[in-house]
Formats: sequence, structure tokens, C-alpha cells
Amino acid sequence: MARSNEPAFWSLFSAGGMVAAFLIPAAILITAYMVPQGKIDAEQLRIVMDHFIARLLLLAMISLPLFHWAHRFRFALVDLGIKNAKLPIAILFYGTAAGSTICAAYLLLPPIFS
Amino acid sequence: MAASESQTATETMKLEVFRFLPDEGELPSFQTYEVPYRDDWVVLDALNYIKDEIDGTLSYRWSCRMGVCGSCGMMVNGEPKLTCSAFLRDYYPNPIKVEPLNYFPVIRDLIINMDQFIDKLGEVKTWLIPAEEKSVDEGEYLQTPAQLAKYKQYTMCINCMLCYSACPVFGQNPDFLGPAAIALGQRYNLDSRDGGADERADVIFSSEGIWECTFVGECSEVCPKNVDPAGAIQMAKVTATNDWFKGLLMPKGKKKSGGDQ
Amino acid sequence: MTNRTGNTTTTERQLIRKMPANWWLKKPAYLRYMIREMTCLFVGGYAMFLLMLAARLDKPEAFADLLASPLAIALQWIALPMAIYHSVTWFNLTPKVLVIWRGEDKLPGFLIAGAHYAGWLAVSAGLIYFAMSGGTDG
Repeated sequence: MARSNEPAFWSLFSAGGMVAAFLIPAAILITAYMVPQGKIDAEQLRIVMDHFIARLLLLAMISLPLFHWAHRFRFALVDLGIKNAKLPIAILFYGTAAGSTICAAYLLLPPIFS
Repeated sequence: MAASESQTATETMKLEVFRFLPDEGELPSFQTYEVPYRDDWVVLDALNYIKDEIDGTLSYRWSCRMGVCGSCGMMVNGEPKLTCSAFLRDYYPNPIKVEPLNYFPVIRDLIINMDQFIDKLGEVKTWLIPAEEKSVDEGEYLQTPAQLAKYKQYTMCINCMLCYSACPVFGQNPDFLGPAAIALGQRYNLDSRDGGADERADVIFSSEGIWECTFVGECSEVCPKNVDPAGAIQMAKVTATNDWFKGLLMPKGKKKSGGDQ
Repeated sequence: MTNRTGNTTTTERQLIRKMPANWWLKKPAYLRYMIREMTCLFVGGYAMFLLMLAARLDKPEAFADLLASPLAIALQWIALPMAIYHSVTWFNLTPKVLVIWRGEDKLPGFLIAGAHYAGWLAVSAGLIYFAMSGGTDG
């Protein structure tokens, strides 16, 4: 047995869990209630989200919660008895999170620097 | 034991006890026994009554009958309990189902195979590895109350293994080090006299150590001595993570685990 | 099988009881745990939704259409209690991960969890205020 590299993924899981816990409920209130109910105009929200601080926040809110999902769901499958495809599942899940991070970075970062 | 006036000799209750007799080639089954109900009896008293008066073939472990030896752990109505601490009055008048501890192989009746657990204790090195070697002539190791407080809770573990029976991760993977072994490892890692955290880290910080744990938390709920193994494991995760990042940033430095967090 | 102490246990006829597939339905605590774990699907799902919004930041009509989509709204209203359950279970566990010693005593758990709840309130209010500030300033 050797020391695992799991801390890398656990750190991402923890960071994602924190970001999700602090920000997602309020974010859902904004996007599922305040905008559809007209308390915030969709275009006004878009302009706010276009701001560079919002873009960075958005990047964090996309990337980290997805790593949180990847890590937690990977272990949840083991809990449910799916213990065999451990490596393929890990690659698929963390890969999805990483790929989404790259997509988000590509969409959100360039306008900050241009 | 004087019979109280409010109790008649006719009050009884039923125990449905798991039986498994490999020598007789029988499949596992449940046998129902009717035992006297006394409001000061525990499930262990009922089992002893069964063995003494009804069926001497029933096999089970017990010793101190007062919650300090950790021998008498069994599933009582699906919950891992020390049978010496589970009072009949909390179940009366309903029948009580008694089964061997979950997630362990059964040798016979209510006796489970705990060899792998003992092996895990050896792997974790649940003994003091002194930070500084001292001969007896040099005097005692000194420790402040604050230093003692850091690990004292984990010294209370009586190796009863109720926590393993509550842990679904262990249920799915018997190779998981498990709550008690890790808590006992932490008992020494956090002891200021100990210098063995680095030695233990290869086992505790392995993928079959703390990283299998998903913090269900039931281990701490069922622990009869309030050891809080779940808390011990989460602290170990933080320590392991700090060590891992330090290892990244200072790769040339000798890998020393910061066990005394 | 010989263990570390050299003692042997007959394992040939020992009984291995299989863990039932529905183990998590056997105890309320297990069910709460499984629900907690499954909240990650909604956390990840909302993150994907934010990614879709990010892709529409330069397309005002598409952005507004996505936010107005009935399916998107319905899914979010399912995600909201799940996200709150994640937050509550997460903050309640922080005292076990963030252990702060003051001499011989640990800082009480409710202070550590409480600090997170207070932060949650502040951050949520800040986010909503930030979101409502659009158009005229920023």
C-alpha cells in the first residue's frame, strides 16, 4: 500500500462542495425565480454576467461543482455496488469535469483579456 | 436478583436468534426462544438464559458484561449493539432479532471472524513508536493536558467493531481499513510522545485507508464509547491533503507526515 | 487462514452474507446519506446549466430564451431543494473537518457550522444584490 494521490481529487471535491453550498441556492433563486418572474430582466442579468468578475465567478461555479459531482458520484456508484469499472468511470467523470472546465474557460476568459 | 413485586414469573418475551452450525451442515436459520422478561435484563442476560436453560448449543462471545471489553457486539433488531448494553425493556413486548455483526464472515451462530480486523490493527501499528527513545532511567515522557486532549477520545476504542457493522463502505469492501483501525492509528499519530505518523501514513493514507470513506457517519453514531471515528478519519484526510500539497511544493525534501495536527 | 499472531481460523465453512442491493433503504440514516450523495447530480446539473448560459453570453436572445425555457425552470425547481440539502448537510459536517483547539477544548461545533451559515446568508445576499445591479451600473 502506498500513499494515494486521492488528495488531489478530494481537494477539488471539497472546493466544489464549498462553492456549491455557498452559491448555488441563491443562483437558482436568480435564474429560476427572479428572472422568469420578471424581478430581474434577462438582458440585465446577461450584462451583469458579462462583467469580468462575474465571468471569473461563473468559471468557478461551473468547474468546481462539476469536480464535486465527479468525485462524489464516483464513490456513490461504489456504494450502490458498481465496483468493477473503477478506472474507466474515474476517467469519464473527471474527464467530463475537466472538459467542461476547458469549455467554460474558453467561453469566459478571452473577453477579459481582449 | 430479587424479583420485584410488580413482576410476575409469567412475563416473557421472544428472541429470534440467528443460528448457523457448519459442522451439522445446516443452512443458516432463525430459532425463536422464549425468555423471562425482567426490566433490568439486557439481551446478553437473555442469551445466557437461553444457553443455560434452553439450548446449550448456542454460541456467542461475551466477557465483562459492562460495556468495556468489546466482546459482545451483535445486530439487535438490525442495529449493531453491545448486547450487554441493550436492555430488554427497550424492546418489550416485541420480539428481538439477534444476528451476528453485519459485514463479517460468520464462523458459527453469533460468532464472526475478526481476524482481518486484528490484522488491520497490526498494519496500522497501533502502538507507540516513540519520537525520542528514552530509557526508563531518563524518566517519564511529559505531556500537558492540552496535548492529551488531542488524542484522548480515540483511546476509548474497545475494538467492539460495531462501527464496521454500521459502515456500508466496509460492507461493500472488506479490505477497507475501517473506522476503528483508522481512529486507533490517529490515537497514536496525535499523541505527542509518538513519532510514527510517517510510518503509518503508507497504510492510513492509502486508497484502502481513509480515501475509501465517504463520511456516512454511522460509525460514530453506533460507537458505544463516543470515539467518533468519522471525525478521526476526516481529520486524517485534511492531514493527508496538507502533506500531499507540501510534497508537491517541496519534492526534494524528505517526506515527513505532519501527524501532530 | 493464519493471521498475524500465527493462529488459524477455519474459513472453509464460514458464512459470507451478501450485502443487499437495497441496504440504503434499511435505516433512515442510510437513506438520508444516499439522498445527500445524490444531490451531487443536481449540483453538477446546475453547473452544466451555467455552462450553457456562459455559451450564450454574447447572444442576448438565446440567453433570454434559455432562462425562459419551461423545462429549464422546472428542472431548477427540483434542483433547488437538492442544492439546499447539499448546503445544509455540508455546513453541518464542517466541525468534523475544521477542528480548532483552544487549550484542552475544541471550539464548539455550532460555532464552526454557524459561521458557515452566516457566510452563506451573506454570500447569497451579495449574489442576489450583484445580479440585480445590472443594466445601469457595472
